[in-house]
Amino acid sequence: MANVFEKQVFASSIGTLEIGTGEQRLVIGGGNTWPLYAFDGEPDAAAATPGTAPATAAAPAPGTDAAAAAPAAAATAAAAATQKSTSLLCSAAPPRVGLQISDLGSEGLDAAVASFYADCADVPAMAVKAAAVPGVEFIALAFDGANPAGANKAVEECVALAQAVAQVCPLPLVVAGSGNSEKDSALFEKIAEALEGENVLFVSAKEENYKAVGAAVALAWNQKLAAESAVDINLAKQLNLLLGQLGVKNESLAMNVGCAVAGYGFEYVVSTMERVKSTALTQADASLQMPIITPVGADAWNVKESLAEEADYPQWGPREERGIQMEVVTAAACLAAGSDAVILLHPTAATTIATLVELLIIGGSPGKSDLPGFNLKGGE
Amino acid sequence: MALKGLDIFKLTPKTNCKDCGVPTCMAFAMKVAQGALLADACPHLSAEAIAQLSAATAPPMRSVTIGSGENSHTLGGETVLMRHDKTFVSKCLSAVALRDDQDEETLAGLLATAAELDYERIGERMTTDMLAVVHTKSDAATYAALVGRAQSAGRTLLLDCTDEAAARAALEVCAANKPVLNGATPENFTAFQALATEFEVALGVRANSLQELYDTVVALEGQGAQQLLLDVGTASVKEAFANAVQIRRGALSNGLRSLGYPSIVNVAALAPGNPHLAAALASLFTLKYGSIIVLERLDFALSLPLHGLRQNIFTDPQKPMKVEPGIYPLNGADENAICATTCDFALTYFMVSGELERSGVPVNLLISDAGGYSVLTSWAAGKFTASSIAAFINEQNIAEKVSNRTLVIPGKVAVLKGELEEKLPEWTIKVGPNEAIQLVKYMREVTGGVANG
Repeated sequence: MANVFEKQVFASSIGTLEIGTGEQRLVIGGGNTWPLYAFDGEPDAAAATPGTAPATAAAPAPGTDAAAAAPAAAATAAAAATQKSTSLLCSAAPPRVGLQISDLGSEGLDAAVASFYADCADVPAMAVKAAAVPGVEFIALAFDGANPAGANKAVEECVALAQAVAQVCPLPLVVAGSGNSEKDSALFEKIAEALEGENVLFVSAKEENYKAVGAAVALAWNQKLAAESAVDINLAKQLNLLLGQLGVKNESLAMNVGCAVAGYGFEYVVSTMERVKSTALTQADASLQMPIITPVGADAWNVKESLAEEADYPQWGPREERGIQMEVVTAAACLAAGSDAVILLHPTAATTIATLVELLIIGGSPGKSDLPGFNLKGGE
Repeated sequence: MALKGLDIFKLTPKTNCKDCGVPTCMAFAMKVAQGALLADACPHLSAEAIAQLSAATAPPMRSVTIGSGENSHTLGGETVLMRHDKTFVSKCLSAVALRDDQDEETLAGLLATAAELDYERIGERMTTDMLAVVHTKSDAATYAALVGRAQSAGRTLLLDCTDEAAARAALEVCAANKPVLNGATPENFTAFQALATEFEVALGVRANSLQELYDTVVALEGQGAQQLLLDVGTASVKEAFANAVQIRRGALSNGLRSLGYPSIVNVAALAPGNPHLAAALASLFTLKYGSIIVLERLDFALSLPLHGLRQNIFTDPQKPMKVEPGIYPLNGADENAICATTCDFALTYFMVSGELERSGVPVNLLISDAGGYSVLTSWAAGKFTASSIAAFINEQNIAEKVSNRTLVIPGKVAVLKGELEEKLPEWTIKVGPNEAIQLVKYMREVTGGVANG
C-alpha cells in the first residue's frame, strides 16, 4: 500500500526569536516543518496507536486514569491538553500577526486605516486599541515622522513616544524605522536604551547601518533585531553573517528578506523566501535559520489598486475593500512562502490573517463572522 | 523512477538511422530522458521497450484539458513543488459558485459581476475563468436549467453534483462546453465514470479522507479513467490544505502517480460569507497547489491582487517578462502630448503606465528594447543608455509621429540627461522621479495640469 500521508519533517529547525517580557512574551519561528504545514508536525491519527507510538501512548495513561475519577468535563480538557502538547511537538510556533501604527498618528496612516483610530486621542491610545484587535499578537510602532525628508522629528521626541507607548501597550512591541538608515542608527540606539529590558524587536538593520544598529540595539542594550535585505538569498545570508561577526547572536536575530505587493514582482519574494526556508531546513545553514518577519501593510496600501479613488475607477468598488484585499492576499502569500510573521496595517486584514493561521494550525471551521474567537496563544 | 539517458540508449537499435528526426540514437535517448521526445518517436523500438519507456518517462502529473474554444484551459502537468526549481506551467483558474438554492436576485447579481469582471493586466486577460454550478437538492430539470443559464455566460463550467440524474440532465445541456463533472465519490464512481466517458468530460473525484480518495482514483484508473481532478474536500481549512499539499507532494516527490492530477479547492464552502478569509485562502491555494479555486464571489477588489499574484507566480523564472517596443499613448495622448520613456521590463511598464494613467495627463510613453530588465539593471547592462534611447527615437521616426519635444526620463538614470541632450538636440530632456508612485504629482506639475500641455 502506497503511503499517501508521508510526512516531511526536516533534520534541522528554524531558530526561535522571543520578544516581549513576562506574560506578554511571544515566540516567533521554530520548528522543523514549513510554517503552515501543521499536518507534517503532528502524529498520524493511525500512528497514535500503542504499537507504533509507545511513548505517546504510555505517557498520557496515568493522567487519563486520574482524570477518570474527576468530572467528565475535566477529563475532556485533560485529554485535549495532552493532545495539543504532543500535536505541536515538532511544528513551528504559529505564524504571528502584528498591527502597525505610526508615530504621526492618523496622519501617518492611510485614511481608510486611520478611521479605525478616529476615537484615539494620541499614539499610545492607538497602540492600546490596535492591541485589542482580535488575532493581533504584537504592535509595530513605525517612526515615519523621524524621516529627515518628512517631519524630521528629533530623536528625543521619538524616544519619549516609544516610552509612552511601551508603558500602555499590552502586547510585545516592534519598533520600525524612519526609512532613512542614518537617522535609524541614532533613533534605534536611543530607543533601545530607553526601553532596556522590554525585549523589543527593531526592524531593521540594513547593509548601510548594520554596524551601528547591531552594536547598539543587540549588543549594548540586548534587544532583538531584524536584518533587512532586498529579495535576494545571498544578500540575506551575507547580512546575517556580518551581524554574527559583529557578535550578535542568532537568537537575537530575525530576517526581513524583503517584500513586494501581490502583482508587483511577487515571484521574486516567493522564490527568495522559499529558498531561504528550504536552505535553513534541509542544509542546517545557521546563517539562514532565523525566523522571517515581513512588513506587508505599508506597501500594500501604496499601489494603484489600493490608492485609486472609486470616483476614478467606479468598476473597482470601494477603496478600503481593495486595500484590505491587497493586504490579505499579499500577507497570505508571504506566509505560504515561508514567513513566520507579518506586519499589517488594517485591523480587518490582521484579524483575517490570524483567522487563516488559526484554521490552518489548530483547525476548526470558520464562522460567518469576520471576528471568530482566538485561542492560539492562551490555550482553550 | 525516471530512466537515465544511458538506460534508454541501451533499448534503442543504435543504428543512428535518424528516422526519429534526431541525428543519433544517443541524442534520441537524451531527449526522451529530458521529456523532450516521446519514446514512440522511434519506429524501431519494440512494443515492450516503448511500454517500458512510456511508463518510466511519463510525467508525474497529468495535464487535463477542460473547456472548449477560446475558453479551453490546460491544468496540471507540473513538475516541481517550488517555482524557482523550474517553473509552474498551468496557471490556476478562478471559478464562481452558482447554487441552485440561491434566489434569483443573488444569481443575477453573480452573473452580472462575472460578466463585468473582464480586463487586461500586462498582456493577460483577467476574468472569471469558470462558473461552478452547485447542486444541492433541486430536481434534475431545475439544475439543468441553471446549468444552461450559466453556460450562456460564455465561461467553462464546473458541475458540482453528486446526483447521477441531475448530472446527466446537466451534461445533456452543456457537454459541448467541456465542463468538469465534479461528482465522483467512493460510492458512485462507476456510474460517474460512465457519464464522464459518455459525454467526454473530465471527472472530479471527492472522498472523506485522502486515503479513500487515493483508493477511489486507483479504482477509477482501473476502469480506464485518465482525465481526473481531485477535490481537496470541505471538511475543514486545515484538512483541505493538508490534502492539497500532500496530493501534489505525493505525485511529484513520492512517485504516487495516482495523485498526479490537478486539484479543485472549494473556498466558497471553506469560508462562507467571509470575503476576506476567502481572499486569504485563494492566495494560499494559488501558491500551494490549487488548480481550480471555487469562490463565493469574485469582484475587482479580490481579482486585482489575486490575479496579479497568479500572474507573478506562473511566470517562467528563466524568462524576463517584456513588453513590445513602441509608442504607447496614454490618457488619449495625441501628437502634442509630452513624451516619457522607461525600460521594457513588464513590471516597470505596468507600474509606470498605471501611475501615468492615474495622473490623468496625456502622455506618449516610449518603450525601447532594453532587454526586459528594470531601469537600473538595464542601464548597468548597457541596454538602456542615451545611445539606445536616441537610436530608438530616430529609428521609430518619433519626431514625425509626435510634435511635442519634451522627454521625461526615469530619475534613476538622471545621469543620461547630458548625453541625451547632445544626441537629441531638438529635445528638452526632463528628469522624472525615482519611483513610479511619484509620477502623478510630477506629471501634473511638469505639464501645469493642462491637457496636452
